[in-house]
Amino acid sequence: MSLPTAPVPSLEVSGLAYAYPDGHQALFGVDLTVARGERVALLGPNGAGKTTLVLHLNGILEAGAGTVRVAGLSVAKKNLAEIRRRVGIVFQDPDDQLFMPTVREDVAFGPASAGLRGPELEERVTGALKRVGMEEYATRPPHHLSFGQRRRVAVATVLAMEPEILVLDEPSSNLDPASRRELADILRSLDVTVLMVTHDLPYALELCPRAVILSDGVIAADDRTQDLLCDDALMRRHRLELPFGFDPRSVSVPRP
Amino acid sequence: MGTGHAHKLYRHGHSPVHELPPHCKLAAVLCFVVVVVSTPREAVWAFALYAALLAAVAAVARIPAGFLLKRLVIEVPFVAFALLMPFVVPGEQTELLGVSVSVPGLWGAWNVLAKGTLGVAASVLLASTTELRSLLLGLQRLRLPPLLVEIASFMIRYGDVITDELRRMSVARRSRGFEASGVRHWGVLAKTAGALFIRSYERGERVHLAMVSRGYTGTMPVIDEVTASRTQWAHAAALPVLALVVCLLGWTV
Repeated sequence: MSLPTAPVPSLEVSGLAYAYPDGHQALFGVDLTVARGERVALLGPNGAGKTTLVLHLNGILEAGAGTVRVAGLSVAKKNLAEIRRRVGIVFQDPDDQLFMPTVREDVAFGPASAGLRGPELEERVTGALKRVGMEEYATRPPHHLSFGQRRRVAVATVLAMEPEILVLDEPSSNLDPASRRELADILRSLDVTVLMVTHDLPYALELCPRAVILSDGVIAADDRTQDLLCDDALMRRHRLELPFGFDPRSVSVPRP
Repeated sequence: MGTGHAHKLYRHGHSPVHELPPHCKLAAVLCFVVVVVSTPREAVWAFALYAALLAAVAAVARIPAGFLLKRLVIEVPFVAFALLMPFVVPGEQTELLGVSVSVPGLWGAWNVLAKGTLGVAASVLLASTTELRSLLLGLQRLRLPPLLVEIASFMIRYGDVITDELRRMSVARRSRGFEASGVRHWGVLAKTAGALFIRSYERGERVHLAMVSRGYTGTMPVIDEVTASRTQWAHAAALPVLALVVCLLGWTV
C-alpha cells in the first residue's frame, strides 16, 4: 500500500478482533492507519468499541486476532515498556490520570518509570508543563486545580514521555467553552500524531482533518471529517448527531 | 473542592526547623518520644525540662504557643481516661480536695498525662513544620516499606476526591427528600457506604490502568531524593540528645 520511501506510520492496526472473556465480541476486524503527524478523530456511538480499541493500542488488552503496530513496533508482551512510552493515552477523568501528590511528580512519573533521573528528568517535566501552559502550577496538588487545568496537566503527563502518538479519550468532556478552546490551541500547537476519541463532532471538525467512524466493531467510514459530517444518511446510520443549529458546511476548515 | 494549598496541620514558614530534612525530624521526634517514655514518673522536674525543650524548639520554629495548645486538644480522650485512674485504681488512699483517691492511681494518671502530652506536642511540632508530602518522602527515606508509603500517599491524594463524592451522594439523597433522622435510616446510610466503596474500588482500577499506561510495573519510581548533611543531622539530634541527658539524670538523681 505505502511506498517503500514513505515514513513508517505512527499507528497501523490491521484485522484487529477482540472478544471479552464473557464472550461479548467488541471488535470485528478493525483496519486503521494513521500517518506520522496526522490528527484523526475516532467517532462512533456509545458501545461501538472505541474504548476497547484504545486499550489495544498500548497493550492493556491483548488482541484476539490481528495486529497493532506503533511506529513499526508491534504491540506484544516483550515490547510493552517501549509501546507504553510511545503511546500516550489521556483518559477521560483527570482524577484517574493524576494520582501523584503534586503536579510535578505526576508529570515526572512516566519518564521516571522509564529510568530518567536528575536534571534530565526536571527538564522533561518543565518542558511538558510549558507546552500546556501549566509551568507555574508544578508544586500544586492536582485536586486544587480547576477541571480544565487538570485536563491540561493530564496531557502534560503524557507529553513528558515524548510519545509517538497521543490518544485522547473525550478530551472536551466537562470543559467550559474557554477551557475547550485553550485545549484546542494546545493540541494544535503540538507536533505529534493525535488520535482523538470523541462525541463532540464540532470539536473533531475543528481539530482533525480526517475522521473515522467505528460502528459495531468495524471501521464503517474513513474520510475527511467535513465530508463525513455532511453525509446525513451515513451519520444517521451510525447514531451520530450534530448539535442543534450546527451546520458543518458553514465552516471552512483547512484542507489536509 | 480543595480547602487550601496545604494541609491544615502544616504552618507555612521558613525557620531552621522547617528547613531540616524530613527524615531527620522524624527520627528526632521518635527518639525524643522513646526517651520521654522511658523516664521514671517520679522525676517530675525532668518532665518540666522536656516541656522547656519543646518550647525552645517551638520558639526556633516560630510556632506561637496558642497554635500549639489548640492542636493539643486532640489529646482530650486520653486525658479523660487519665482522670479516671485515681478513682478506679486500687491501692493506698489519700484525700485530695475532700475526695478520697488512690495514690498509685494519681501517679498513673500523671504518668499518662505527662508523657502523652509531651509526645503529642512533639508530633504537633513535627506536623506543623513539615509538609505532608515531605513527611512521606522522609518515611520512604527511613526505609518504611514502600507499599505503606504508597498507600499513605494515595490516601492523601484521593481523600478529597472521595469526600467530595460522599458529599455529592448526600446532596443527591437530600434532594430526593431523605433526611437521616434515626435508626430506621441506617440501612440507607449503609448502602451509601457500600456504593462509595464500589465507586472507590472502580476508581482504583481506573487509576491503576492509567499508571500501567504510563509504564508502572509494580514499584514507584524515585522522583525526589531527600538527603541530609551531617550538620542537619546534628541539629535534628539536639532535641533527643538533650532529652537523653535529662532522662539519665532522672534515673540517677
